[in-house]
Amino acid sequence: MSTAPTVGDLVSQPYKYGFVTDIETEKIAKGLSEDVVRLISAKKSEPTFLLDFRLRAYRQWLRMTEPDWAALGHAPIDYQELIYYAAPKQQEKKASLDEVDPKLLETFDKLGIPLSEQKRLSNVAVDAVFDSVSIATTYREKLAEHGVIFCSISEAVKDHPELIASYLGTVVPSNDNFFAALNSAVFSDGSFVFIPKGVECPMELSTYFRINSGDTGQFERTLIVAEEGASVSYLEGCTAPMFDTNQLHAAVVELVALDDASIKYSTVQNWYAGDENGKGGIYNFVTKRGQCRGDRSHISWTQVETGSAITWKYPSCVLQGADSVGEFYSVALTNNRQQADTGTKMIHLGPRSRSTIVSKGISAGQSSNSYRGLVQIGPKAVGAKNYSQCDSMLIGDQAAANTYPYIRSQQPDAAIEHEASTCRISADQLFYLQSRGIGFEAAVSMMVSGFCRDVFNQLPMEFAAEADKLLALKLEGSVG
Amino acid sequence: MICPDADLLLEIVDLHARVEDQPILKGVNLTVRAGEIHAVMGRNGSGKSTLSKVLAGHPAYTVTGGSVRYRGADLLDLEPEQRSRIGLFLGFQYPVEIPGVSNLEFLRVSTNARRSELGKEELDTFAFEDVVRERLEVVKMDPAFLERSVNEGFSGGEKKRNEILQMALLEPAVAILDETDSGLDIDALRIVAAGVNQLSTPENATLLITHYQRLLDVIIPDYVHVMAAGRILRTGGKELAFELEERGYDWVDAELASESRSVAEVAG
Repeated sequence: MSTAPTVGDLVSQPYKYGFVTDIETEKIAKGLSEDVVRLISAKKSEPTFLLDFRLRAYRQWLRMTEPDWAALGHAPIDYQELIYYAAPKQQEKKASLDEVDPKLLETFDKLGIPLSEQKRLSNVAVDAVFDSVSIATTYREKLAEHGVIFCSISEAVKDHPELIASYLGTVVPSNDNFFAALNSAVFSDGSFVFIPKGVECPMELSTYFRINSGDTGQFERTLIVAEEGASVSYLEGCTAPMFDTNQLHAAVVELVALDDASIKYSTVQNWYAGDENGKGGIYNFVTKRGQCRGDRSHISWTQVETGSAITWKYPSCVLQGADSVGEFYSVALTNNRQQADTGTKMIHLGPRSRSTIVSKGISAGQSSNSYRGLVQIGPKAVGAKNYSQCDSMLIGDQAAANTYPYIRSQQPDAAIEHEASTCRISADQLFYLQSRGIGFEAAVSMMVSGFCRDVFNQLPMEFAAEADKLLALKLEGSVG
Repeated sequence: MICPDADLLLEIVDLHARVEDQPILKGVNLTVRAGEIHAVMGRNGSGKSTLSKVLAGHPAYTVTGGSVRYRGADLLDLEPEQRSRIGLFLGFQYPVEIPGVSNLEFLRVSTNARRSELGKEELDTFAFEDVVRERLEVVKMDPAFLERSVNEGFSGGEKKRNEILQMALLEPAVAILDETDSGLDIDALRIVAAGVNQLSTPENATLLITHYQRLLDVIIPDYVHVMAAGRILRTGGKELAFELEERGYDWVDAELASESRSVAEVAG
């Protein structure tokens, strides 16, 4: 009998999105200063209120320091070595896709996100963001018929400044944390979604982020507003080429749900994770927060985090409204030398607010995977309820999994439940599956997707299968 | 059913195996032809379960000598999944639980792996449900178990039925059933035995690994082998099982002792 593959072999699967698109790019000089902030704002011909917002954030950032409480370690980031704005050279955003540089369309084709009329996904509207700018948004007209606004945030600034002015920075204040402040100062592009009162968005909305340049930071900003009784499901996907150097990605996502509104936000994150020795890869420092402002409002985060050298990300819900509901479903897979410190915050302010947290961490190789979550119940949150479940799966014997749950309750009758478990794929389970004709890798992937099923069930159908495949790919060669 | 001209399915010759540094199998010889039912009996620690695991290819056991041929081909050269696909089945004594993996989906993937080896078309979810519902009859299993995770929260008896269900789906040429009777009450034992009998044909063979006579009251073996100290000490017909039941295993010890004495005399 030949020797079984080891866990180590299984995880080392080449990254298939690692190509670089050869396209002429307009970049500004590296480094960050007040002038750079002004330059970015000027390039986008922004109104004064936005420039002021950026400058305020920049000044706040100057006085802040990088957070050091996460279970992460990395070489210091030199913020003066980064480029804060890069855009493929094409004039103004094109009215029609025919005018978009075919190289860009080809890039998204290759990533499995066809944008052209003939090939685009039939029930998903896509906003494609390449480095710092949005290059195309599909189905805009159809959405507009329903009163739904789906466009890049730069366009929203031009076309709907009043909406931007009243919502931007209201969920994640510009001084919220070091990376949020940096993003607020230099954010380039991202998506804007507005679902008016009583409208159920007729299709899935999706943004696909692609980092192409090697020395550019990506700072996208997404804002989703669902008015009273509105609902929307939104998905973001991310990839980047392979470079030896680390690239910084510091995004901010803000969600606002008014009375009876519902927002479902799903992420499949597959940024380049670096090589098996930990060289290269994306530093992913992201602030995502949703505010259930209205009564009976509902915000649900689902994330499948498989990429990035470092993931620092806590999609959270502020449950202000009475009977509001927050959910967080997460699968975080780390391999080789990847580090993830991810989780959520559920801040219960409104009476009878409820939240559910389901976190599944899978660590393989020499990676480190931490769940960090806060459940906070305020004094007015009478009858608040939380249920948290944090499961970790270890593959091999060199990976680490940690769980840091924080619970703070100022409400004596709140019901808070926390369950946690750790398991390892056992040799006997693998042998059992193998002895039924299921190959070693298929057996591992079957067990891993079984472990993640509660979370995958939350993803929009088209993407659940995708997530399953992605995980299998990431684990190829890693078990033994 | 003994038929001397039947196809040779399994030929085990002088098989030696160890787990870690501990030699367990010390020269097992056994030949199995199509249509036959064999019972391998012996005390705990005699090596019977090890024999079944080695045949299925468990990675914890290392073969240190001898050979196993399955339909003439070298079995020991194959990965466990390949052994299953070509028709070798191990019914586990303690089937493991696999949380999160749907039993139905597991059975389907497993069945398709075997079907594709046999050149049959793979079954999609709908076609498979029809097949599996029909096979559930063999072990009188509640379809609700299909919706659960593999063996998770199953009672001992339900786990064993799930094993026989797998056997019914995979239609192996050689089925090795390791202590299938352990943990079963008498009713469950009858159902499981009826399933095994129903699945037994002139084309396949069954190897029952057991410690008690009671299984052999309901599945009648053609051959009974008594294993001790990593070898097959004696082979006989079904009456050998009755003899064991009556006399216990003490005579085995006596036989082993006299054997080692005679070895000592020869050596001396």
